[in-house]
Amino acid sequence: MAARPVALTAAPTTARIATLSAAGILAALTLGPIAAVLWRAGGLGAVTPADLDALRFTLVQAALSAGFSCALAVPVARALARRRFVGRGALVALMGAPFILPVIVAVMGLIALFGQAGLVNGALSALGLPKIDIYGLHGVVVAHVFFNLPLAVRILLQGWLDLPAERFRLAASLRLTPWAIFSQLEWPLLRRLMPGAFAVFFVICLTSFAVALTLGGGPRATTVELAIYQAMRFEFDLSHAATLALIQLALALVAGWVALRLSRGAGLGTGLDRLPLRWDGQGPAARLTDSAWIAVAGAFLLVPLALVVARGVPGLVLLGADTWRAAGHSLGVALASTVLCLAWALPLARPRGALLSLAAIAISPLVLGTGLFVILRPFVNPFTLALPVTALVNALMALPFALRIITPAAESTRADYARLAATLRLTRGAWLRLVLLPRLRRPLGFAAGLTAALAMGDLGVIALFADPQRATLPLQVYRLMGSYQMEAAAGASLLLLILSFGLFVLFDRGGRVRASA
Amino acid sequence: MKALTFAAGFLTATAAVAQQETLTVYAPDYFVSEWGPGPRIEELFEARCDCDLQFLPGDVLPRILLEGDRTEADVVIGLNTDVTQQARESGLFAPHRVDLAPLTLPIDWTDDVFLPFNYSHTAFVYATTRLNDAPDSFDALLNAPDDLRIVIQDPRSSISGLAMALWVHAIYGDEAQAAWEQLAPKIVTVTRGWSESYGLFTDGEADMVLSYTTSPAYHIIAEDDTTKKAAIFPEGHYFMVELAAKLAGTDQPELAQDFMDFILSEDFQSMIATGNWSFPAALPRDQWPEGFQQLDMPETVLFYSEEEAAALRDEAIEAWRQGLSR
Repeated sequence: MAARPVALTAAPTTARIATLSAAGILAALTLGPIAAVLWRAGGLGAVTPADLDALRFTLVQAALSAGFSCALAVPVARALARRRFVGRGALVALMGAPFILPVIVAVMGLIALFGQAGLVNGALSALGLPKIDIYGLHGVVVAHVFFNLPLAVRILLQGWLDLPAERFRLAASLRLTPWAIFSQLEWPLLRRLMPGAFAVFFVICLTSFAVALTLGGGPRATTVELAIYQAMRFEFDLSHAATLALIQLALALVAGWVALRLSRGAGLGTGLDRLPLRWDGQGPAARLTDSAWIAVAGAFLLVPLALVVARGVPGLVLLGADTWRAAGHSLGVALASTVLCLAWALPLARPRGALLSLAAIAISPLVLGTGLFVILRPFVNPFTLALPVTALVNALMALPFALRIITPAAESTRADYARLAATLRLTRGAWLRLVLLPRLRRPLGFAAGLTAALAMGDLGVIALFADPQRATLPLQVYRLMGSYQMEAAAGASLLLLILSFGLFVLFDRGGRVRASA
Repeated sequence: MKALTFAAGFLTATAAVAQQETLTVYAPDYFVSEWGPGPRIEELFEARCDCDLQFLPGDVLPRILLEGDRTEADVVIGLNTDVTQQARESGLFAPHRVDLAPLTLPIDWTDDVFLPFNYSHTAFVYATTRLNDAPDSFDALLNAPDDLRIVIQDPRSSISGLAMALWVHAIYGDEAQAAWEQLAPKIVTVTRGWSESYGLFTDGEADMVLSYTTSPAYHIIAEDDTTKKAAIFPEGHYFMVELAAKLAGTDQPELAQDFMDFILSEDFQSMIATGNWSFPAALPRDQWPEGFQQLDMPETVLFYSEEEAAALRDEAIEAWRQGLSR
């Protein structure tokens, strides 16, 4: 079936202008800073043997992390799509939380579970078994899966729920075998969603730094991002930093391009927007496997979170005015980022837009921040722009995720309804209002929640710009830890978790009109 | 006419605000939180100068180098000798013109640009409640059983990690890589910065953490906890000093000079111990806060001048990288 969207006869030019300008701003914001750093540095630098080691490790860990995140998401998402149980909605929402946790908080939570003095090792030694060691390549992969599995599950679950209910009805009345259901209904869905999801996770893991370092256990786990940090901060070798940043960017674009090529496969056509009820997978074996997947994934994702909460509660009372003010800033930044990001994502919600947006997360935040600093410095005092710049950059960083969530639904809506809309001569406004936005409501809500939460938790660029009056909450967590205030830092982390998660749930709920989704 | 009046009023208003001069000081992040020394320095200095002291926190040196002579900073505080060579070569800094006689550092200090305000030494900190027989020398640490768990910082991303690489180099020289190889099995992990390491230590994830000889003072004074100790090694401890410097291109030369003078004053020095949890650079030991006087002090202090540190840095980091990559 030809799934190519048919061009709308009604006002395609405004749509195209919106898309092109959104893409232009995106390109300028990613390439501009690198160019500025290169200009300031006076050219490219050499790549050292240590850089090549770092590159090799970075590629291996990113490929493994993205692979495991995607592979494990399939059974978990399928189990969640097939099962109905009390608390399922809450579980789905809670399971999204790791993705939005600030890195340092999540790492501490994981270490409290898997570390030398963690729960797992406590249980193992109580049973007289040898301890496990979380530090190493496997630790890095575990942490990245912890971060990315929730989003992978949500993307797939979204796809599953967007399968027209009529298809499952038909499958049930034809008494299709589980294998037939998989190959006819689920496999095309995976073919369509997985390459893109893999690319996003691969790219986000490319720029990983603190996770890889803390859980990597030593210099073998050196990533390119660490080499950039070293070049920037210790050697002030901007040309070296910019060179590495370009390599990172090139890798991301190759990964994105490959994903775009692989991500073929049509949508499954339209339905009547009924609730997707499932008749398959009701046998005891299927029930058991599904329950096991849900239990294991739930424990893996939720226990570290519970530990973060437990560690943070005593620290909540220690929070001072600075921290509360920082929380206010973070909330403002998060809301501004969300509005920006959605306004940016809607015109870009096409496969090539998703590819382009990968550039945003492939750029080292350090290079991005430095580049913006170099660009802004001649015109304004960058300190006064700390919060707007942070909001903008956070919107940029969240864009690939928002697009990954919105694009499949937007594409299939275009493919499925463009002809009808053209026949009815719908205006652009009517198309948006009556067809596109209602159909995108759920992904839009999810994307907004994600953006808001990511923008709350991201440290990214602010470190170069912030002054004491304009700190954000994640920065405040680091400041507290730097002054021996580990308990207050744990409290501030919990506050951050509560606020991020609160925003996430608020937006995500707002998008979910169909109750059982 | 109205517009003119408004403009006149506006100008007067800005002039009134501008009467109070502003001194801009770049400082590291940990300086400016409500728990850092920044707020107290600000309070004490503003009481003396009738000016507005503004701290701008962040990566001090990279930012200054990035901004060059267009920087707004009048003074920077919180640099470290292991990275000052680049700062000096930038030519952005002016002589501090402060009399160095009051200094009480364990080493001679004659630098006329970078002024020390507090110091400490690298050391492994442990809890007596968790570790009964802490290694009593660096050799003992290397030869300790492999189930001793230590956590350190990355010399490529952390100033204390770099100090440790230089420390190992100062003790073991050409054998540094072999020393790192011996240490490797005991290293739980390497973190980006000091905060993450110290967090892992307080969470019980490691028995010993690379920190400072002054860290136990925080626990003694702020938490009334005397169970945290720095293991003192006869081979010596690497000296870490924090520095301030005045920008040559400052538009507030007098205020900047006042601030430099203020740094070695008793007001500043008697506050900095508990403000920044380090030894004051110019205060006799008997005037230190009680908790600091109780601290075990190293007998041998190891130190590389900034030229030596700059020359040895790559070698010391490479020894660390090779030793831990085995």
